[in-house]
Amino acid sequence: MTNNGKPRTLFEKVWNAHIVRDQSDDSPAVLYIDLHLVHEVTSPQAFSMLRERDLRVRRPDQTIGTMDHSTPTTPRNDLGIIPVADVMAAKQLDTFTKNCDDFDIPMYALGDEHQGIVHVIGPEKGLTQPGMTIVCGDSHTSTHGAFGALAFGIGTSEVGHVLATQTLLQNKPKTMAVNVEGRLSDGVTAKDIILAIISRIGIGGGTGHVFEYRGEAIRSLGMEGRMTVCNMSIEGGARAGMVAPDDTTFEYIHGRQHAPSGADWDAAIANWRRLPTDDGAVFDKEITLRADELIPMITYGTNPGMGIPINAAVPTPEAETDFNRKIALDKALTYMDLQPGQKLLGKSIDVVFIGSCTNSRISDLRQAAQFIKGRQVADSVRMMVVPGSQQVKKQAESEGLDRIFREAGAEWREAGCSMCIAMNGDQLQPGQYAVSTSNRNFEGRQGKGGRTFLASPLTAAASAVAGAVTDPRTMLTGLN
Amino acid sequence: MEKLKHIHGRIVAIPVNDIDTDQIIPARFLKVTDKQGLGNAAFCDWRYLEDGETPNPDFILNKPEYRGASVLIAGDNFGCGSSREHAPWALLGAGFKAVISTDFADIFRNNALKNGLLPIIVDVDTQQQLFSLAEEDPGTAVSVDVEGQALTLPDGREVRFPLDGFSKYCLLNGVDQLGYLLALDDDVQAFESSNPQRVTTTA
Repeated sequence: MTNNGKPRTLFEKVWNAHIVRDQSDDSPAVLYIDLHLVHEVTSPQAFSMLRERDLRVRRPDQTIGTMDHSTPTTPRNDLGIIPVADVMAAKQLDTFTKNCDDFDIPMYALGDEHQGIVHVIGPEKGLTQPGMTIVCGDSHTSTHGAFGALAFGIGTSEVGHVLATQTLLQNKPKTMAVNVEGRLSDGVTAKDIILAIISRIGIGGGTGHVFEYRGEAIRSLGMEGRMTVCNMSIEGGARAGMVAPDDTTFEYIHGRQHAPSGADWDAAIANWRRLPTDDGAVFDKEITLRADELIPMITYGTNPGMGIPINAAVPTPEAETDFNRKIALDKALTYMDLQPGQKLLGKSIDVVFIGSCTNSRISDLRQAAQFIKGRQVADSVRMMVVPGSQQVKKQAESEGLDRIFREAGAEWREAGCSMCIAMNGDQLQPGQYAVSTSNRNFEGRQGKGGRTFLASPLTAAASAVAGAVTDPRTMLTGLN
Repeated sequence: MEKLKHIHGRIVAIPVNDIDTDQIIPARFLKVTDKQGLGNAAFCDWRYLEDGETPNPDFILNKPEYRGASVLIAGDNFGCGSSREHAPWALLGAGFKAVISTDFADIFRNNALKNGLLPIIVDVDTQQQLFSLAEEDPGTAVSVDVEGQALTLPDGREVRFPLDGFSKYCLLNGVDQLGYLLALDDDVQAFESSNPQRVTTTA
């Protein structure tokens, strides 16, 4: 990587290292893609296009598939198989199997010991590494940026482009430094950081930008916390979010299936240490938050930017000066059936969902299990715990976390996207309220007519026990 | 993709900010393996009453006077959320050729352009003017000249909008972008020979 003496950001280093053809007045840049993740929902039309044009997959060895979105998370039958009752989902999964077979793409089918949410298995298998370009037909591909990769979601036409050419046409985005200074207090987590960021900048605040999360609070997070933060970059409008790789990153990757080993490992580390943003590099935008001022966050509305500190009141439309925003707030509160100025604390809930590519990794489950151990889920609440992958499930079971959840009265499910996307049988009923660790509270996102409060696994667990929206800090006594 | 040079059509407004792709097409319709027939799913949860079948008479797209409108005027930040390309497929299936807003989410904008659905960015005054015009007279029509990147309002006022040269070329000529990338195979091979493969999924 040449430098020419000009300080560069992490993003610029990764971008520049992948240019096949530079951006010009006539055309966007052509970017080389190191890793392409595919799943059953956004790929079928791309494979059809390949067949129509008699094209091959250029680099099946840089492509990997998994089933996650439309898969049920219901228990296995006596044969160890997870049955798919939905005829359309079954057809989509069969189509995906055939596509991956025909084009020689390795794929983890439903129930396979390595199957799981695409953004959980990439890092888990050591496929996600610093300095790479990673794409997937899913907007939460930003998750992989936690490793200092440039990772972003693409549409199905672009999935076809990458399958056929291993490249993408991209206009160079701008950069935005998101500094999170200071340390988090007890009971406040990575999820609260990202909900606070999005509530500050708004759901479109990062459009056209790539975020770099920086500062002491980010450095103090483990890899899974960094993934939670980067995961929701798209909810702030940014296609990608990145964290500079450091020893925490290297330690996580070391020894995983696809991680470099031996002399390659040393060489890789040496390269990765050159990736962090140079001193003096300039970002197009910059914002700063204080982690020590944060408390648990929760959303009240119908997009992830509508978030408040958990003890705050729901905003009042009359106080909103921008007309369009006032209308949006009115509409959101009507859908959520909430009153302006109302507190969410104590609001009765029907469902708690712990899972999704945001918060379904082992540390999320450990945190929730530790909280719930020796307590009971309220009778009025259905609590679902859905591990992000079969490997997370296996690890959790080896630690006895499944028993803790079951004894508390929660459901322990098979791996998948589950109630985050509500296209697989897991969904809210109309009018129900859920505290969910997922990433989107859009109208109907978790089931038609369902109402979602986004929060951390700790807040979700505390709310499950209380049967109502609860600040987990009030129940932390006695925990290690 | 068909060539897109001019659009002349009636407008209909959904003056809501941050319309996400889950509203444009809910996830339960994504279990398809082709692009066809998604028009009926466009704005499904706003278009139909709770039974999912009876049209909601209050929703603008169900009002007879707005039937056949082909230009959608939307609130700020249209198309945020999920990367599903089913969103532009559904809008095209519902008869739309262009969407006008002050701002589009990045992925939606890319997806729309690749399918010949034109995202037109205008200033907030023009957006508000179009909201009013659509409400006052359902017969209001606008014209779009893709080559000139110009939107002509009923009063004759011309509003220029941004469109990158590459997307414009593809729209005007009805070509998709894949052909361009396939023609660069030598460059891709050169890149691969000078940059070591990062991971091997088949190993």
